[in-house]
Amino acid sequence: MRDALALYGRYVAISLRSQLVYRATFMMMTVGHLLVTAIEFFGIWALFSRFGTLGGWSLREVALIYGVADIAFAIADATGRGFNKFDRILKAGDFDRMLLRPRSPVLQLLGYELQLLRIGRLSQGIVVLAWAGSALAWTPATAALLLASILGTTCAFLGLVILQATSAFWTIESLEVWNAFTYGGNYAMQYPMAIYQRWFQRFFTVIIPLALTGYYPARAILGRDAIGAIHVLGPLAGVAFLAVALGVFRIGVRHHASTGT
Amino acid sequence: MRYCRRRTNANHANLLCHGERRRTVSQPSYGANWATNRIVHETRVSSAAMQIVVEDLAKTFRVAERTAGLAGAVRGLVRRKHRDVSALAGVSFSLAAGELVGYIGPNGAGKSTTIKVLAGILVPTSGRVEVAGRVPWRERIEHVRRIGVVFGQRTQLWWDLPVVESLDMLRHIYKVPADAFRTQRDELIELLDLAGILDTPVRQLSLGQRMRADLAASLVHAPEILFLDEPTIGLDAVSKLAVRAFVKRLNRERRVTVILTTHDMDDIEALCDRVIVIDGGAIVSDGTLADLRNTVTRERWLTVDVAGDASEVGDADATVIRREGERVCLAFDPEVVSPAELIRRVTSRHEVRDLFVENPPIETVIARMYQR
Amino acid sequence: MMGYAAIIAARFRALLQYRAAALGGLFTQIFFGLVRIMILRAFYAASSHAPISLANVTGYVWLGQATLLLLPWRADEDVAEQIRTGTVVYELTRPLDLWGSWFARSLAWRTAPVFLRMLPMFVIAMVVVPLVAPGWELAPPPSVASFVMWVACFAGAVILSAALTALINVTMMWTIAGDGMPMMIGTLATMFGGLVIPLPLFPDWLKPVLYALPFAGILDLPSRVFTGDIAATQAVLVVADQLAWALVLALVGRWLLARGLRRLVVQGG
Repeated sequence: MRDALALYGRYVAISLRSQLVYRATFMMMTVGHLLVTAIEFFGIWALFSRFGTLGGWSLREVALIYGVADIAFAIADATGRGFNKFDRILKAGDFDRMLLRPRSPVLQLLGYELQLLRIGRLSQGIVVLAWAGSALAWTPATAALLLASILGTTCAFLGLVILQATSAFWTIESLEVWNAFTYGGNYAMQYPMAIYQRWFQRFFTVIIPLALTGYYPARAILGRDAIGAIHVLGPLAGVAFLAVALGVFRIGVRHHASTGT
Repeated sequence: MRYCRRRTNANHANLLCHGERRRTVSQPSYGANWATNRIVHETRVSSAAMQIVVEDLAKTFRVAERTAGLAGAVRGLVRRKHRDVSALAGVSFSLAAGELVGYIGPNGAGKSTTIKVLAGILVPTSGRVEVAGRVPWRERIEHVRRIGVVFGQRTQLWWDLPVVESLDMLRHIYKVPADAFRTQRDELIELLDLAGILDTPVRQLSLGQRMRADLAASLVHAPEILFLDEPTIGLDAVSKLAVRAFVKRLNRERRVTVILTTHDMDDIEALCDRVIVIDGGAIVSDGTLADLRNTVTRERWLTVDVAGDASEVGDADATVIRREGERVCLAFDPEVVSPAELIRRVTSRHEVRDLFVENPPIETVIARMYQR
Repeated sequence: MMGYAAIIAARFRALLQYRAAALGGLFTQIFFGLVRIMILRAFYAASSHAPISLANVTGYVWLGQATLLLLPWRADEDVAEQIRTGTVVYELTRPLDLWGSWFARSLAWRTAPVFLRMLPMFVIAMVVVPLVAPGWELAPPPSVASFVMWVACFAGAVILSAALTALINVTMMWTIAGDGMPMMIGTLATMFGGLVIPLPLFPDWLKPVLYALPFAGILDLPSRVFTGDIAATQAVLVVADQLAWALVLALVGRWLLARGLRRLVVQGG
């Protein structure tokens, strides 16, 4: 395990070095990305300034939820780059090359690239979260819950990205559907779950546990609920989801070994 | 030389695949179960000496069908048809450690399918494969640790990084101990003349340099077996020679088993003692290059330079292949007319300035074999 | 002319191959549409001081999703590859004007998928949704005149979008990685086209800026013609705006392309 982590660290190092080779482009794209994500939050601010409240939630409260969702998605997106590009990796034959190495293909895919670009969205999420958090009274419990929420949501998003990649084993063309859950999920999670219809909430609680990892812990952190079991266990659902996704990926690898591509 | 076919014909019981030790086996009756078992048993025992054993390897793929044109594309939105494609239909051969084998065949013959199975990344439909005592696809990680693979058309190096860093990364991926790595790496740098390009990013290398670097990368972990897929494709003449020299040296000095797939017949002629030809998913030939040549054709070519017009040079027992100005190339069967006799006839009828007798180029031999 | 038509037909055929991708994309768009509408409904529940009615903004969201592919989200990858490897200079040997052929490609590349998505989206938004969730649907245009003007605006949006895409293709000649500019312009177009937040809901002080940009003409303006937010009589101005911008982008694109090619040829690819 330690060896795997060390290898992952090396992968990250060479990925960063590769990207920094193109320093100018990298700078431009990071700034552009930051700008673009900032505009997104500006849009939400604009809506609040016009309407005042969202189903009883203030801008600051929504900002907490928004911050967690964006931070988690940025991390998952950055680390899951190899899975994002998986259909192209598969098509180019580079996945076979990974199978020719005495290492887990998942580890190699995680190490494929750590996209620094996503720092734009990550920093925006941190800024927004910091702004939201500055108005709250923090306790060790709520701070730990925040951390758990971010980790759990990251795991859930990563699981979604991995599931999306896995579908590439069967049909390259079905990848589109998953965008609804990855990008759509990220978008929906920027707002409090309560504003959505029942069936929607249920789906994102039971099937893709983004509500459990993000919304419920946020309620506890914001003081709307007393901290209970659901708030603590919620993030764990994200980890479980990731484990399931990895299992499905392994099935996909076996299928690939039988059918080639 | 023999043809390695499925062991259905009991009369061939005495003829074993290249490399297997000859054992005396009494002629069993055709189709008798105990006979088949006996032959299979023989294979099992003798395969203990073989590093790579492939037995009745078969692989079928399901392919989706797409009809052409606009109407077909719209229909394809609703329903898809599938068909079964047999890529390998019973391939058998064995290799001893340290062999340098050419594995050739026309496109679509099943070469890359076989290589993928041997590499452990493709699971066959049926058949038995053993590489260094392991079933490749069942023990992928352990198996892959001991093999090296070079794809001519796709590099395994990191595109934006200097060569030396790619090698270093591979060292960690393969968990090669530091001192072993250092010796191995320095040796490879020397043998492949990489000193000048160690700090160059891979994307800036010429094709020849990149191939040398890829060869080094595939050997960082000192594998026992090396698969080379089109290693000289697109290379200039000097690089081709360098690659061939390296592979030969690697095989002779380090006893690395090499399996070479290529369309470049000069590679085969320069390197391979043994050539296996696959076509339509089955082995059609397995033996030395000379045997291969002889199987396809006994034909020899006589090229003659005459003084004056060559338009009348010919012979009843020979066919004219080429006629250019003063040069004529005649193909003949040495069993119908001996080379000496043909030369005598031609020189007696015309004034000959120069002549030579040769085998048809191996390309022609292979092309003819593919056409069958 | 036949050359351009052939390019368009070829792209159309290629795009029809991807059936699952089309269905998947449809699903994603419906998902996003529903989420956006839910969010807006929650906002609207708080206050009724909105410059645009809930029914119109709901229709606006559906129209945005239906015609979303008009947005220059990504650059044409084939062209990106050509520029990256330098083979774009070979295009100069063809008897077609390069900018023109890029424009034609964009027309096909944008138009075919848009139609493929638009028709099912319209059916779902106008027929299926009101059966399942009344009040959430895309209402039909208030008059025939509105519909007719919308068709004109749609055509204008296609042309504008193709011109913008061609320009983006040209900008790729100046960036090494090739990804940065198209992505940025694409995201700006998404935001300022009104896909994420309907433009009418932005602060009033920002609106002059937003409507001065070409992006509004791709999604926002045509959608508002359809819902009747912009009267049919005024829609002519929309088309004029779209075509004017298309012309400007075309001229800038052609000029930049000429300079970019000269630069490439001089550098030697």
